[in-house]
Amino acid sequence: MSLYRGFETVIGLEIHAELACESKVFCTCRTAFGAAPNTQICPICLGLPGTLPRLNRQAVEFAVLAGLATGCTVAEFSRMDRKNYFYPDLPKAYQISEDTYPLCREGSVEVFGRPIGIERIHLEEDAGKLSHGKGVTLIDYNRCGVPLIEIVTAPDLRTAGEAHELVAELRRILRYLGISDCRMQEGSLRCDVNVSVRPAGSDSLGVRTEIKNLNSFQFIEKAIAFESRRQIDLICDGGTVRRETRRFDEVTGSTHSLRDKESAADYRFFPEPDIPPLRLTGADISALAARLPELPAALRARFAALGLPEADIRQLTEDRALADYFDAAAEGCENVKTLANLLLSEFLRLAEGEGFACPVPPERLRAVANLAAAGSINASTAKRLAARTWLEGIDPEETVSREGLAQITQPEALLCGIREVFGENQALISQIRSGKTAAAKALVGKCMAHFSGRAEPRLLTRLVEEELQK
Amino acid sequence: MTDFPNSDLLSLAAGLRRRDFSAAELCEAALAEISRREETLRACITVTADAARAAAKAADARLAAGDASPLCGIPFGLKDNICTAGIPTTCASRMLSGYIPPYSATAAERLCAAGAVLCAKCNMDEFSMGSSTENSAFYPTRNPRDPSRTPGGSSGGPAAAVAGGELPFALGSDTGGSIRQPAAFCGLVGMKPTYGTVSRHGLVAFASSLDQIGPLSRTVRDNAAVLAAISGPDGMDATAVRAFSLPEDTFCGDVRGLVIGLPRFAGCEVQPGVAACMDAAADRLSACGAHICEVQMPALTDALPAYYILSSAEASSNLARYDGVRYGLRADGADCYETLYSTTRSAFFGAEVRRRILLGTFSLSAGHREAFYLRAKQAAGRVRAAFHEAFSACDLLLSPTAPTVAFPLGETADPVAMYRGDLFTVPASLAGIPALSLPCGRADGLPVGAQLMAPEGGEGLLYRVAALLEEVCA
Repeated sequence: MSLYRGFETVIGLEIHAELACESKVFCTCRTAFGAAPNTQICPICLGLPGTLPRLNRQAVEFAVLAGLATGCTVAEFSRMDRKNYFYPDLPKAYQISEDTYPLCREGSVEVFGRPIGIERIHLEEDAGKLSHGKGVTLIDYNRCGVPLIEIVTAPDLRTAGEAHELVAELRRILRYLGISDCRMQEGSLRCDVNVSVRPAGSDSLGVRTEIKNLNSFQFIEKAIAFESRRQIDLICDGGTVRRETRRFDEVTGSTHSLRDKESAADYRFFPEPDIPPLRLTGADISALAARLPELPAALRARFAALGLPEADIRQLTEDRALADYFDAAAEGCENVKTLANLLLSEFLRLAEGEGFACPVPPERLRAVANLAAAGSINASTAKRLAARTWLEGIDPEETVSREGLAQITQPEALLCGIREVFGENQALISQIRSGKTAAAKALVGKCMAHFSGRAEPRLLTRLVEEELQK
Repeated sequence: MTDFPNSDLLSLAAGLRRRDFSAAELCEAALAEISRREETLRACITVTADAARAAAKAADARLAAGDASPLCGIPFGLKDNICTAGIPTTCASRMLSGYIPPYSATAAERLCAAGAVLCAKCNMDEFSMGSSTENSAFYPTRNPRDPSRTPGGSSGGPAAAVAGGELPFALGSDTGGSIRQPAAFCGLVGMKPTYGTVSRHGLVAFASSLDQIGPLSRTVRDNAAVLAAISGPDGMDATAVRAFSLPEDTFCGDVRGLVIGLPRFAGCEVQPGVAACMDAAADRLSACGAHICEVQMPALTDALPAYYILSSAEASSNLARYDGVRYGLRADGADCYETLYSTTRSAFFGAEVRRRILLGTFSLSAGHREAFYLRAKQAAGRVRAAFHEAFSACDLLLSPTAPTVAFPLGETADPVAMYRGDLFTVPASLAGIPALSLPCGRADGLPVGAQLMAPEGGEGLLYRVAALLEEVCA
């Protein structure tokens, strides 16, 4: 726990994630990102007079999956409400959301070994997008009605690092579930941060400010760090924190007051009369629970039991496709560490773009790892072979025998070659023997090259050293 | 040509099948009546002559091929809050003058699919807020029975068009009595179905949890035929889930053994002439073998204020979208969006609409929500419970539709006095139950409407008793 001037920071997050549904939450319009402005709209998402929303079943299912994956209780009765406010990006002048009866309640997600409470997850619709130009404001309504979930955490976080990790873990979970692509730069994952401070050891909560619409991990951390310091300095200098909404300035890294909470909009929530309350049975919820994949935390625990180092586990479980690939390759693998190395060094280098799409059947990479584990090939051959399974589609075992790539482990065979190399590099050898020992490495390299990299490296090094002693 | 202005829908349908006249001739007759009477009545906002002629031609082709729908070839009108693709839909508001929807309401589409011929979009109180059609931003409509009087509202245009002989039937919408009260004032049959019976898709929302589309017609049987055509579940409206079909014995003329309650509650006083008609109607039903009894329903006293708070609260949200940004009129000279909103909404909403938006916004706002919106919700719950209890003893309830006959135009300047005229119609709206108004005599030479109310889904029973009353009151 980090303390500054004897104060601790209390942080709660509101995370908005766009759901990766094929159509919008209340109509059948497409939801693709980046389409030409106002091409994915219809009378319903434009809120034309007389239109009515129809709740997208898939959006409900996705929101329930998010709740189940974060340990929430899924409500058998939930209800949409209207949140009324005027803004040009909101064509009905109200957002359909869930205020009183959210779909999911009271879950938790573990961050650095500590449970962080999830107060609620509810379903709502996104608004359009304004772009301000010279004297004109243009409105793109494509995003209007794109399904969102809002995840509200308890004020359980204490540091910017924890907040970062919670968002990262939630992003992993939502991606594992396949319900959101969580692209912060495209706005499909956005975060509001509530920050307050209190003397270390205090049980009561201080006055909080809310920083709106942070769309990168860096900004989340910077905004929290700035805001907590600002509040602590303010209090220590005899001031008081006001309840207000603040904006984070990405250029200066500071936060600025947007509006007082007291003078803030009164949303005049009331039940949405156009959508009957949603009733889910225990059976509906169980059926969705059966669709849950193995989640990142469980996978991390399982990989740790395999003896993998923490850094590899983190990297492997960042992406579900990568983790699944490793999982499949690890089955019957004699050295999972080598497997992880090959996957994380060779394959990740070759994989392009987002999401791990691998053309190599997992058993091929496992074969490379097993050849290395059995000592049939050395580490550098293993790397080259792994890369060739991807680039050339080779079968590793067949290639090793066809191309004679097997590791040379017989001392006699190695000595024979070493002497040949020594004969060709007399000058270098005299230098080493006269004290320039650093050049020994280059000599070993020349020997390895003589064997086209196939020599068992430790044995080769030992034999070279012995030869130099003679 | 037959006596078009006085013919009911089903007689016209029979005439079409006998080839007494064609749909094209019917359409011309309707357009002629409209052009002859509109100068006085002002029941229509948009007359769709060209589209009507094309639809009539198509209907003639279907009739020649033996089309079965009784509505095929029948001219009709729509209240101007029911969207029609390519045809202006104004809600009688300057805010939407010139607005042309890109799609049609499900109810309108079902009528057109049945071969009915849309001839006019009819006048109304702006956004359905009013009981006299005087709140139309364009002009008030006159009552065909006495042109110095109101046809009622808010579906005054459709009612006047049908009562005035322009069209054999029309669709209105009813939130707190907007079909039933004009039906009563104009001497027509008007049905507000059970909430969820007719799709609201394409009905411009006033108070979404109360709005229902329903038919205005000259006879009970016509009314049932139209409701059958427009009702039923619709994928475009998640609240339209009720199927409706007329029981076979609907027009058996038998009411023996039915228990008909007369609701009593504080404030339910009516004009003497109206009371006399109600007594006569009860006596006639009794003579036909029904049991008549009084039912104390004190909870209904709170229905009126509860209705005005709840409907205004929903309206304040439903009408927030008219901001001048995307469609409709926009005020000039705004330099930021807040000004754009306030100048546009101040300039193009009428006084009654502004009043209800303010009332609704206030009732929902922090600090007042408990005292107004939530209390009104509770009162609505008590109204529903009172009906539930009443229907455990009665098959249906009979009351006046309105406490008075049609009042003179320009008479009621006090909005609260106008609201009081809805005291018999709003309870059924809050309860979501079906209610029908039909003519049951005259007072001071003007039509008096009787309202029949039934439990959810009881439209068949309403039509059965109404058909008998229609016969004995004639």
